[in-house]
Amino acid sequence: MQSVGKNFPRIDGFAKVCGKAKYVDDFFEKDMLYAKIYRSTIANGWVKKIDISKAKAMPGVEAVITFEDVPKHMFPTAGHPYSKDPEHQDVADRNLLTQRVRLYGDEIAAVIAVDELTAEKALRLIEVEYEEYLPILTVEDSLKEEAIEIHEGTKNIIKTTDFSLGELEEAFAESDYIFEDEFITSMVQHCAMENHSAYSYIDENGKIVVVSSTQIPHICRRIIGQALGIPWGRARVIKPYIGGGFGSKQDIVVEPLVAFMTTVVHGKPVKLEFTREETFIASRVRHAFKFKFKTGVNKEGKIIARELTAISNNGAYASHGHSIASNCLTKFRHLYDQKAIRGEATTVYTNLPTAGAMRGYGIPQITFGLESHMEDIARELKLDPIEFRLKNSNQEGYIDPLSGICARSNGLAECVATGKDLIGWDRKKTNKSKDTGAKRRGLGMACFCYKTGTYPFGLELAGARIVLNQDGSIQLQVGATEIGQGSDTVFAQMAAETIGISIEMVSVVSSQDTDITPFDTGSYASRQTYVSGMAVKKAAEEIRMKVLNYAWGMTDIPASALTIIDGWIAYIHNGERVLSLADVALDSYYDTVFAAPITADVTNNARTNALAYGCTFVEIEVDMPTAKVEVLEIYNVHDAGRLINPKLAHAQVHGGVSMALGYALYEQMLFDCKTGRPLNSNLLDYKLMTTLDTPEIGTAFIETYEPTAPYGNKALGEPPAISPAPAIRNAIYDATGVKIYEVPMNPQRLFEKFKETGLL
Amino acid sequence: MLVKKITFKVNGKEVTIEVDIRESLLDVLRNKFHLTGVKKGCSVGECGACTVLIDNMAFDTCIYLAVWADGKEIRTIEGEAKDGKLSKVQQAFLDETAVQCGFCTPGFVMSTTEMLESGKNFSREQIKKELSGHMCRCTGYHNIMLAAEKALGREDKQAVQID
Amino acid sequence: MYDIAKYEEAGSVQEAIELLLVNPNAMLISGGSDVLIKLHEGKIHDAQLISIHGIAELKGIFLKEDGTIVIGSGASFSQVSKHPIVQQYIPVLGEAVDMVGGPQIRNIGSIGGNICNGVTSADSASTLFAFNAKLEIQGPDGVRYIPIADFYKGPGKVDLRHEEILTTILIAPEDYQGYSGHYIKYAMRNAMDIATLGCVVLCNVEGGKKIKDFRLALGVAAPIPMRCKGTEEQVKGRIFTEALLEEVGKMAIEEVNPRTSWRASKEFRIQLIQELSKRAFRQAFINAGGEL
Repeated sequence: MQSVGKNFPRIDGFAKVCGKAKYVDDFFEKDMLYAKIYRSTIANGWVKKIDISKAKAMPGVEAVITFEDVPKHMFPTAGHPYSKDPEHQDVADRNLLTQRVRLYGDEIAAVIAVDELTAEKALRLIEVEYEEYLPILTVEDSLKEEAIEIHEGTKNIIKTTDFSLGELEEAFAESDYIFEDEFITSMVQHCAMENHSAYSYIDENGKIVVVSSTQIPHICRRIIGQALGIPWGRARVIKPYIGGGFGSKQDIVVEPLVAFMTTVVHGKPVKLEFTREETFIASRVRHAFKFKFKTGVNKEGKIIARELTAISNNGAYASHGHSIASNCLTKFRHLYDQKAIRGEATTVYTNLPTAGAMRGYGIPQITFGLESHMEDIARELKLDPIEFRLKNSNQEGYIDPLSGICARSNGLAECVATGKDLIGWDRKKTNKSKDTGAKRRGLGMACFCYKTGTYPFGLELAGARIVLNQDGSIQLQVGATEIGQGSDTVFAQMAAETIGISIEMVSVVSSQDTDITPFDTGSYASRQTYVSGMAVKKAAEEIRMKVLNYAWGMTDIPASALTIIDGWIAYIHNGERVLSLADVALDSYYDTVFAAPITADVTNNARTNALAYGCTFVEIEVDMPTAKVEVLEIYNVHDAGRLINPKLAHAQVHGGVSMALGYALYEQMLFDCKTGRPLNSNLLDYKLMTTLDTPEIGTAFIETYEPTAPYGNKALGEPPAISPAPAIRNAIYDATGVKIYEVPMNPQRLFEKFKETGLL
Repeated sequence: MLVKKITFKVNGKEVTIEVDIRESLLDVLRNKFHLTGVKKGCSVGECGACTVLIDNMAFDTCIYLAVWADGKEIRTIEGEAKDGKLSKVQQAFLDETAVQCGFCTPGFVMSTTEMLESGKNFSREQIKKELSGHMCRCTGYHNIMLAAEKALGREDKQAVQID
Repeated sequence: MYDIAKYEEAGSVQEAIELLLVNPNAMLISGGSDVLIKLHEGKIHDAQLISIHGIAELKGIFLKEDGTIVIGSGASFSQVSKHPIVQQYIPVLGEAVDMVGGPQIRNIGSIGGNICNGVTSADSASTLFAFNAKLEIQGPDGVRYIPIADFYKGPGKVDLRHEEILTTILIAPEDYQGYSGHYIKYAMRNAMDIATLGCVVLCNVEGGKKIKDFRLALGVAAPIPMRCKGTEEQVKGRIFTEALLEEVGKMAIEEVNPRTSWRASKEFRIQLIQELSKRAFRQAFINAGGEL
């Protein structure tokens, strides 16, 4: 029975529609205590004096801790695999609580009390005196010679890197036209519906147990160990169902502190649940970037030279550090070809919320710039913007000279052709007369290319375990994390497919527990179906071979002549059934002589990467006098290799496109420029789209086959969020003749642009 | 003084309970009844994850004082499946892959249930409006709309998905 | 759990007034969608609440014999928008309050609370300004009536003493009979948002062409909701033309005083006032039987 490629319903769907799926906040520990963090009311400075005596004396307060009480060593928070190379290790730049205030809302002290309200009330009794500096909110201010260092000895620069391929100056000299543009992207937040939350207690064996809403349980355990200075095995991280992550939970935000707090109250359970307002400013955000592009093109419309300068506003702490800006440099190379290319990126500290991973890892940012820049060049040269892109795009067989990443499959051209068709591009372009009225329509498109996993920049390790049960069903344990994307379901399909059983016979252990489940670095980088999926496939193949060998022993028919079909051991040559898998399984447990349960425990260390491609086509209408954009039609077409579960794949694209629409038109975190205080850190003022703002989202796939993948599949988690913003930007240009250089393209910004260009 | 005894029905069962006047209905349903399908996403009535039906109307329980539930009939997601069988709305959400992380799902199911039981006909735009008090970050609302339309008997008018 | 220090439930308006009289620190809670959010944000704490949530006499919507429409201050937005009297006689008010927040908020938020907040963006307020609504306010000394325009004193400030309660909103027959209107809420989102600008036009049209009466009210065009009286005077008695539409837009922006905030700039709001006045006027004219 074929399982891969089928639309199986989610295996957790029933639990979720019944409200039975349990998330961190749904567990009740006896005598749970509640923690609240005292947050700074300045953005930059020091705590000169802190008085916690009144808070401590308040009835119901169990403990109050400050920066003076926590370990003095610093620790990193990024959800990256540990690196043995000290140069490559994540920046350790924070303590559990801090005296040095680096953003508005920095964590100075914490109260542990019998309930949340008591803890909140106690916070109001803490008195703090600050030495205050001017907040540094922009990269320009941060890089000024006289700027106060947010982290000592850094000059406020986390890192600068560059690369260069070919003779750039010569290539520019050879170019007939040179184009330069600057683009700016805004700070946005993941807005997973479940806020960051964790609780911790010390179990009967002295182990610190942390139940957390995390994408990266195994990394989480390591970082708790690092932060507390305890043997890593003394921490145990349990991940139940997760209410969305999108990268924010690929960072260790609440866990080390809550683990530390349980030690303060002698192991009693302590819960630290962020409010929505805290999630906005104290978890992670997407980096705001500035990009400068310089591109040389010849008369034939071939790109000769490309140059990029990127500067990334990382906020108060390093988190993923320079990796995201660095990823922009890598991705800058992959989509288009040229003779010579150079890129440089700098990541800078400021007194803003810490930026980290967010769906696309820098690529929604650079692609906004790149694909807008490409559009402008094509239009300037009176070339068809689509032809211009395809003419210059890298083809199958492309190898990135710096990373060795190879395009073994590339469906971009087919994606573009499909997108064009779906939106009726040629027809609409032909019929289009120049709009001059109050409502103007425009068409736009943009392409993208994205990696699958982090290899060769990061280690790609994933574990899977399978146990064959007595009746021929299996237990599947993976280290990978289900966070809503549907990974548990596709892993079940993979195991069923490869072993030769029906999906009903697969039981997935969904909850992650670092004491029980195998090691996996976690859910990020659109890696799981590719990297963890390969671990599942390897484990399933091992089970299959062991079953056939066991059957050989039972039947004296060589394993090489047998296969498993629909839970039956059968001859390969004619499919005739020999005996049931259940018989083999039962024997493997209970045969008095040969019993030896069949299991597999596999780790996949992926040393390949695969490039996923796709594009967005969009038609919009601009209401000129009110400066509002309405998306009339939008299609995302993806080459994600072969689809494991088409329905879930389409659903991933809907969500990613929706997130990108918000990025393009609505979302942006705002701060008071004098104080650094957040202005819109809640879901009313931060404009997440509602049903009434979301257009119908068209989705389509071009199925290529990726040979390095377990089932021909490639990245899909992040890619949908990449190309809609530039496509909309290009459609606004098409409709109005106005070029926008900044997201979000909200009414205020469009109004100013229309005013500036005399359209209003 | 801070405690009040109230009687209400929850998922068909009448209960009398002392509530702290400071508690929201969300607090009480979750902490006292362990009805954890009622989710907390924002605490200020913006995300809709905590939606339940009170006398068959959708309310955000995070901004509803528990004491106000006195004499009311409350339905949460936990009461929707009967004898292990999913309600029509739940089944539609499952069938249409309208569920991803699942955190917003109970709220959407409850609001859709209110629509279904009203017996009214809803246009696509009206369904969107009725569901506009719920936020979802995973689905782009696409399959949620399909599920709601299916549950409300509008399958014939559904958008065509390109495969 | 909310930071509430004291909670009392009033069974009647009279009882609520008595409770307010004895506790100078008490505050009223009706729907809660404002008070509870402020509590969550820490803007108020140790609140001493008097709940008027359950007072049935505050929720009624009915027609008096003289044709006056009476709306209880405790009526929720959805009760207002779904009420047959509202739908029949003043549908534009129903449409306006149907744009507040989302369905769940509209089921809990009360129209009286919306007014007593004193915010210029309140979706109900501009429309009630256009209807010349009167407010019935009950206090220890009895009942007083005040035009809604006089009730708003400044941002967040209304003419309501501590021991007083807004009980009903009244719309006189001469203020709605023969009028049709249109409300436009301009916001960043189509739901769950506060107005960047709210604009309502009521008009009374004679013979399909002549504008017998014209009222233009705006939210967020000034620190409090407002009427554009100067513009109104200029339009009354005129024949509808496209040129008149343009004139209305231009005149309206001479009367307003919007502010720049992080939500939108003054200039952008002025642009919206000019445009939305026209759009609301055109639609109101059509709704009132006008022939374009």
